[in-house]
Amino acid sequence: MKTMKAAKVKKHGEIGENCWSIWLEASEIVDEVNPGQFIHVKLNNGEKLLPRPLSICETDTSSNTLRLVYAVVGKGTEALSQVKTGETLRILGPLGNGFDINQSASKSIIVGGGMGIPPLLELSKNIPGKKEIYLGYSSTPFLLEEFEKQNADIYVSTDDGCFGYKGTVIDLMRYNNAQGDSLYSCGPKPMLKALSGWAEKNKIPAQVSLEERMACGVGACLVCTCKVKKENENDWKHQRVCADGPVFRSQEVVWDE
Amino acid sequence: MNEKKINMPDLSIDLAGIKLKNPIMTASGTFGSGKEYGEYVDLNRLGAVVVKGVSLTPWKGNPTPRVAETYGGMLNAVGLQNPGVDAFMSEDIPFLKKYDTRIIVNVSGKSIEEYCGVAERLAEADIDMLELNISCPNIKEGGITFGTDTKMAALVVKEVKKVSRQPLMVKLSPNVTDITEIAKAVEAEGADAISMINTLLGMAIDAKNKRPILGNVMGGLSGPAIKPVALRMVYQVCRSVKVPVVGMGGIMTGEDAAEFILAGATGVAVGTANFTNPSATVDVLEGLESYMKHQGFSSVGEIQNAMKK
Repeated sequence: MKTMKAAKVKKHGEIGENCWSIWLEASEIVDEVNPGQFIHVKLNNGEKLLPRPLSICETDTSSNTLRLVYAVVGKGTEALSQVKTGETLRILGPLGNGFDINQSASKSIIVGGGMGIPPLLELSKNIPGKKEIYLGYSSTPFLLEEFEKQNADIYVSTDDGCFGYKGTVIDLMRYNNAQGDSLYSCGPKPMLKALSGWAEKNKIPAQVSLEERMACGVGACLVCTCKVKKENENDWKHQRVCADGPVFRSQEVVWDE
Repeated sequence: MNEKKINMPDLSIDLAGIKLKNPIMTASGTFGSGKEYGEYVDLNRLGAVVVKGVSLTPWKGNPTPRVAETYGGMLNAVGLQNPGVDAFMSEDIPFLKKYDTRIIVNVSGKSIEEYCGVAERLAEADIDMLELNISCPNIKEGGITFGTDTKMAALVVKEVKKVSRQPLMVKLSPNVTDITEIAKAVEAEGADAISMINTLLGMAIDAKNKRPILGNVMGGLSGPAIKPVALRMVYQVCRSVKVPVVGMGGIMTGEDAAEFILAGATGVAVGTANFTNPSATVDVLEGLESYMKHQGFSSVGEIQNAMKK
């Protein structure tokens, strides 16, 4: 039977403005990870009952560790940010379905926005062929050094223009005339919605990783649902971001919010 | 009795004529139909799997966000999303039949006709018991409107009893002035067992954005935060009715389960704890077994009668 496992914190610190990086020892999990999957992280104390679902930023099989990069957005992540190196957390995973990598693509486009950027690092390492990577930040970039190590063309936009192109990551893609035959993305919903429109117009199959408030993480509780179109019907159904996603084909998502 | 050490306590219970290998069940809505937890829990070890609410036709459920975490608990407003009784019967029952555990099906509806329709469809199914959900706080019609009105509760139980073939357990809402009145009313109409408590109606507000957190505005509170309320109500109901009671509300450990049995419950259900740890049901079972060994209880019935004044 699978269980929650103890995971020792190997390295933990702030790598940018409200941007935290934590490396966890997770020997049985690391080998199973597909880019785009997440883990449930349960704190040993603090007021929060539920685990935090956090996407896997990268894995290192030589040291059996995996990395999470997150922002403090509430009391749960605030308590997580206080955890010290050497302490132990409880983790469950890997959970969800990762990206379905098109192995025969001649060129892929990878697009990340804000805290949607971290899972795209492991994805970038695993995508063969040429790559254009577009990263959109509100202000100061993070993880840029790691992305620059990938064999790819990197383009950066910031909302305030303090680094790279001033504007949204989609403005940057248009400006740059982005091209490829597969698109992978993770970021805030308005960005993914706009990107889905761009991909449809340019006839590029796109996969998007969604985010929703979760409880169980394994598909039982039905709280993290999103609207997905039914096949051959003018109707939609709720699907579970945790177990049916978090990665969906952009054209099947109902972008009404 | 505290001196007596028990090596192999008997955990089996009799719930309205159905024998369960132990008193540990799953709380409806927290465990799907068992499939999702099959990788984490040996379902053969559970006394019963109480499945997610089933309605006559597919229900889409409420808009997101459907969950909000609160101190010591969580609010949910899923709204009984489910694929309907036909899909449930063709997909979920065959899955559960592969395991040596009892199947209790949570029956949901918006009208008496719908409750009866589900019970009628399930009459031909190979399941062990029905749990009548008259207490869901997250749907606009039906659900809690039946469970908070003594006459309505009695009426729906009376009608469903006419068409059901399996023993009927009725799940009660804590959102009432006197829960013993509802318990007595459903017992009088033929309820074979009572399960309690469903969630407490609550709300969470995002102060920064000045809006309710849940898409449905209000939702049902569960988790350790509600355990004292649940224990009190189980204690009251067990002293008001003769039918067996399945207690639930914030059970996280074996000792929590023992507290509900001390209050008078025959069985217990684990709900929100599944979300904090997918192996919670089995951990509670092992914890209860260990409690019985240390306390010298040879049967669950002994715990039920052990409470001091």
